[in-house]
Amino acid sequence: MARFLLHRLWQSLLVLAVMSFVIYGLMGLMPGDPIDLMISSNPNVTSEDAARLRSLYGLDKPIVERYGNWLQAALSGDLGYSRAYARPVPEVLAPALVNTLWLLGSTLVLSILIALPVGILAAARPYSRLDYTVNLLAFAGISVPVFWLGLLLIMVFAVMLGVLPAGGTGAIGDAGWWERLRYLILPVATLTLASVGGHTRYVRSAMIEVLRQDYIRMARAKGVGRNRVLFRHALRNALIPVVTVLALDFGFLFSGALVTETIFAYPGMGKMIFDAIMGNDFNLALVALLFATLLTLAGNLLADLAYAWLDPRISYR
Amino acid sequence: MTARFGLSAVVACLILGLAGAAQAAKDDLVIGITQFPSTFHPSIDAMAAKSYVLAMTRRPFTTFDAHWKLVCLLCTELPAIENGLAKPERTPDGKRGIAVTYTIRPDAFWGDGVPVTTKDVLFTWEVGRNPKSGLTNIELYRSLYKVDAADDKTFTLHFDKLSFDYAAINDFDLLPAHVEKAPFANPAEYRHRTAFDTDTLNEGLYLGPYVIAEVKAGSHVVLEPNPRWWGPKPHFRRIVARVIENTAALEANLLSGSIDMIAGELGLTLDQALALEKRQGGRFAFLYKPSLVYEHVDLNLDNPILADKRVRHALIHALDREAISKQLFAGRQPVAHTSVNPLDEVYADDVPRYPYDPKRAVQLLAEAGWDRTRNGIRSNAKGEPLTLEIITTAGNRTRELVQQVLQSQWRQVGIDVRIRNQPARVMFGQSVTQRQFPGMAMYAWMSSPENVPRTTLHSAHIPSPANGYSGQNYPGFRDAEMDDLIDRIEVELDFEKRKALWRRLQEIYVEELPAIPLFFRADAFVLPRWLKGVEPTGHQYPTTLWVENWHPG
Repeated sequence: MARFLLHRLWQSLLVLAVMSFVIYGLMGLMPGDPIDLMISSNPNVTSEDAARLRSLYGLDKPIVERYGNWLQAALSGDLGYSRAYARPVPEVLAPALVNTLWLLGSTLVLSILIALPVGILAAARPYSRLDYTVNLLAFAGISVPVFWLGLLLIMVFAVMLGVLPAGGTGAIGDAGWWERLRYLILPVATLTLASVGGHTRYVRSAMIEVLRQDYIRMARAKGVGRNRVLFRHALRNALIPVVTVLALDFGFLFSGALVTETIFAYPGMGKMIFDAIMGNDFNLALVALLFATLLTLAGNLLADLAYAWLDPRISYR
Repeated sequence: MTARFGLSAVVACLILGLAGAAQAAKDDLVIGITQFPSTFHPSIDAMAAKSYVLAMTRRPFTTFDAHWKLVCLLCTELPAIENGLAKPERTPDGKRGIAVTYTIRPDAFWGDGVPVTTKDVLFTWEVGRNPKSGLTNIELYRSLYKVDAADDKTFTLHFDKLSFDYAAINDFDLLPAHVEKAPFANPAEYRHRTAFDTDTLNEGLYLGPYVIAEVKAGSHVVLEPNPRWWGPKPHFRRIVARVIENTAALEANLLSGSIDMIAGELGLTLDQALALEKRQGGRFAFLYKPSLVYEHVDLNLDNPILADKRVRHALIHALDREAISKQLFAGRQPVAHTSVNPLDEVYADDVPRYPYDPKRAVQLLAEAGWDRTRNGIRSNAKGEPLTLEIITTAGNRTRELVQQVLQSQWRQVGIDVRIRNQPARVMFGQSVTQRQFPGMAMYAWMSSPENVPRTTLHSAHIPSPANGYSGQNYPGFRDAEMDDLIDRIEVELDFEKRKALWRRLQEIYVEELPAIPLFFRADAFVLPRWLKGVEPTGHQYPTTLWVENWHPG
């Protein structure tokens, strides 16, 4: 196991190194730089100003040299300044990360809590009325665009009923936990409604697949109770593909939900990464994307470990 | 039954509780804006959101008011040659310059109680002159070669050029020496260490009616009254600028009462505001102010088709801009006839205009050799079709809408226009700035009253590989008389003589047509009916510079 973990760690470092170069290079290949954007609508900024600022921000150097400088500083613990926020990158990243963790963590937990029982129930009675209803609702959730759903919830709960705030992360000043929670209800509901359908479908199809296996038939023939068959014999095996999906979602947890964050004016990672890329904020975009990559790798590692726990026949060397 | 009743009671309590919490006090004002300031330093990075928020906390020496007149805010009197406070002089190297004397208001204090003095002026000049300090626009500091402080309140600025706008030091954003001196110890690191970003809540940074009391990055900025403010006491005990980038969500927040108003400078587009007014006109007050944001279509004059002046004239004759303004913007967005706004003092209303005249457009195209028609598209003797490309910022709904109407109106006179829109960063990062747009580019310029178009119309400012793509004359317009006029306007002190030069400049612009003027964008202010005293400016200096006049009616 230790050898396996070391091997995966080494792989992850290699992936991170390659990703850092690829992301930096791709951003460098995009047209324009922050100074172009700065002067795009302001004819008062002279060409001398633009040249001076390019030199000051090091944007007049070749991309490889800039990457080398960044890497050297990063390895010594200096992740640089965010150009768009005028603050060190970790200072910008940390609050956005916390916000995103609250938003997407709650969504993932809620989604699993709903999808697991509903998916199992639907699989236990395939092609029944219940199964058709679950499928219908699941497809509805998958098909509805998130921005539309978000706006609809705002219109109903914030505009018409006036019971929930339309957006933001919390009231002004030191608000209590309930006040903060109120701001999470609509975005979490939106994302949960959009994702629970997919998760339910995964659980249902994995369970149906497992319930067709010979050993399940054997257990039933031996007279094992319905619930014991479902939860003791079938569920554990059905969870293997579900865990794969959840592992991928783990990376998504930290990369944010751009559309939902925009609709609800929620300052999370998705919006921050998007703005950093569009605004050519190299340091911030790079670190944020690498962080998301790192956590996706960590999620996959956790999934690998979970496979062994779920199915003892799987071993790592 | 009991269970159902219990559940209903719980839901009702929850709803009432939530609704109660959503109530807002009236001496608070929550403003919805669509952008979060990237920095709070007044001179680093030009950004509308920053200007909007900082204008409530700071006061420039001079600015343009809502009537586009230059006024003193931090100084006691505007300097002029007539009142002896401005004196033309020769610089040490023999150039024509001017010495301009200002006096700081005697009652001006920073928010921490330290008086505003000439020490701050000298420090600001030192920061501005240092190329490593990271200030965005240092045109003023390049020209300002010496500052003399007569005493704590009076100082004289010596400029190495004599221009008509010598009294306007709008970009001289005063920095508090007692706070900023330490961060400036290493000028190359100043942009990272400035207290405006590392200690934003420091009251010593502000000298306006409000100070910044809370900042939540990407979410909101809270402002509270500055106890050392010298002017009329501001009404609101708290103003919150809440950032909601999506305009549909911004509107929903307004309707739900989460925000009280939407800023005109950074809010809804005109068509969105007009639609909202139709639906909710009774609940809110709508103010529309034509601004100095000049929407136009740049024509690449290196394109052989567009190099022909008759084709350029045909392009504008084919457009019914008045109808577009009426249909899409309810006539709130005035048609532009030149790059100068009709509200500007130097606007010439007797310069020829191009009425909508498709017949004349067809005639001009025929004269230019585009006299054959095949499938409704004109072609020349070589059989080449009259096809042009137009780009604009993808995702800008209003521009895309206008663009489609332009395309259709040009198609009616046989001009085939292909739309090739690009994201803003591609368009402004390469296509326009490096003159890589093959035909037409639709975008806007933002300016101030009597803004001399040197960077956009002077031939020395055509971007090219030779000059490292510097300059903003993107059409590639070259006209010796225009160059001469720009040089002369800048130094002509007599307003009437200058106005005559401006008139000629506009004549050339209209005749040569390096760009097709479309509209002057109107800002839409959506205000609660109880809010009075908001006076839109229509230029780059925001309404919030007079926030102390805002009050419930």
